[in-house]
Amino acid sequence: MQTASQLAREARAVRPVTEPPIVRAALTLLAIAFLAFFLMVPLAAVFAQALEKGIGAYLAAIREPDAWAAMRLTLLTAAIAVPVNVVFGLVAAWTIAKFEFRGKNLLATLIDLPFAVSPVIAGVVFVLLFGRRGFLGPWLMAHDVKIIFAVPGVVLATLFVTFPFVARELIPLMQASGTDDEEAARSLGASGWQIFSRVTLPAAKWGLLYGVILCNARAMGEFGAVSVVSGHIRGLTNTLPLHVEILYNEYNFQAAFAVASLLSFLAFGTLIAKGWIEWRSRTPESARHEMR
Amino acid sequence: MRWLLKRQTVLPGFGLSFGFTLFYLCLIVLLPLSALLLKTLTQGWLPFWNAITAPRVLASYRLSFGASLAAAALNGLFGLVVAWVLVRYRFPGRRLVGSLVDLPFALPTAVAGIALTAIYAPNGWLGRPLGTLGIKVAFEPLGVVVALTFIGLPFVVRTLEPVIEALDPEVEEASASLGASRWQTFARVILPALLPAWLTGLALAFARALGEYGSVVFISGNMPLKTEIAPLVIMTKLEQYDYAGATAIAVVMLSASFVLLWIINVLQSWSARRGARI
Repeated sequence: MQTASQLAREARAVRPVTEPPIVRAALTLLAIAFLAFFLMVPLAAVFAQALEKGIGAYLAAIREPDAWAAMRLTLLTAAIAVPVNVVFGLVAAWTIAKFEFRGKNLLATLIDLPFAVSPVIAGVVFVLLFGRRGFLGPWLMAHDVKIIFAVPGVVLATLFVTFPFVARELIPLMQASGTDDEEAARSLGASGWQIFSRVTLPAAKWGLLYGVILCNARAMGEFGAVSVVSGHIRGLTNTLPLHVEILYNEYNFQAAFAVASLLSFLAFGTLIAKGWIEWRSRTPESARHEMR
Repeated sequence: MRWLLKRQTVLPGFGLSFGFTLFYLCLIVLLPLSALLLKTLTQGWLPFWNAITAPRVLASYRLSFGASLAAAALNGLFGLVVAWVLVRYRFPGRRLVGSLVDLPFALPTAVAGIALTAIYAPNGWLGRPLGTLGIKVAFEPLGVVVALTFIGLPFVVRTLEPVIEALDPEVEEASASLGASRWQTFARVILPALLPAWLTGLALAFARALGEYGSVVFISGNMPLKTEIAPLVIMTKLEQYDYAGATAIAVVMLSASFVLLWIINVLQSWSARRGARI
């Protein structure tokens, strides 16, 4: 027969080594307080300020023609930047993950380069190339092509800053799955396209979707780079984030926050989609981690 | 292009996909960036030196580097606590809190900028109580630190989480059974194991903060010599059609970013080696 104290000792021995309860509580509170101050309060402020003058003023700010034009340009930019980066990301990942070649590490580093470049500098380089006093400026002017302070500039700057997103999600995933399946498919007589679409792509689909979500969030939300090249022409070259800036600088705070709340919904959508993908794509390995 | 291959392969499409990758990389990234180099080379050494050492520009470097460092330090400290709590402890709402950590990646920086300004302005939710304590945040260098902390928040948490998850509990049990206190175990066993990933997260947050523009311009107030960050000085020069001046400062900031990128690569390979050993 075991005594109560023996049982208690055994229970203690099985319990994992951890901090005293008071430390755990203090650390948890500290973590939540930090996140509350820096994440939750700002988010709440967006909606509080947006609805400050009631739902009518909120809807009016969103329905305003300039806001609509900004929304259209934001959607157009993302509709160009995301598919282009998906094609590039798939091709780049196929190259880097499935072949061993000279200069591979260099190529992978160069693909990540836009992450290291400040958004403002990303805008500057396009102004240097295509601006009125840029390298190609006189030629463009002579042929009546406008890139800077026009929609093409906004699209180019967005393409630059969103360049690595899809590739960077796909490369590690496609590297981890190796080349055995592809080689087996080849030996069974599959063509290159068949291998890619039936073997490689299905194995990488969650990574692809993840990259698309992040790329889209950045494409729609980019501010610095787009701000340099857009020229802030209302109704023409304003994206939603730039529209927020203009309204804010005109002290039209309520309207600025109303438009900002739309972009916050975009952020919620992104986070929810991200969580869903992480949950769907969880491998048995990581699920075991979760159980522990 | 098959001569580039180190190993023969039966998989098709290397030439085409390598060529396309290189072409698109050159078109969107390398060619535009080389414009920066070209502009620098065509403007002569003296104007370049004068542009990057003007007092207003030097003040902006000090603010950019100082505030980014302070923000990275704040994130380093609190990021470690957040990552630890999220991985090791169970409490109601943990998943929600965990997914919220990525908010700075998902929320457009302009939105973050105006929201933080509204809160920390002298009449804001937090600005008013802090003001009565004599602490001014918005339109001061402290405001820049707040915005950069927001922007860099996910980096330390997200780089630490997988490493904390992979820590073997047996090592901690061994340490405890040998008589170490919980604090000794943390300082001598856990912290050294986390160090490479922690430094990587810090460097990533610092690098991101250095180039940040959108969230800072609203809260900083943009006073020359006082609350003007380097990316804003670039922007201002560009608006005055001073392309040469803007380019010179951009080259300085870009060089700093590249040095950081290199440091991050070194840290990451260290981190990976450490991970392989555990």
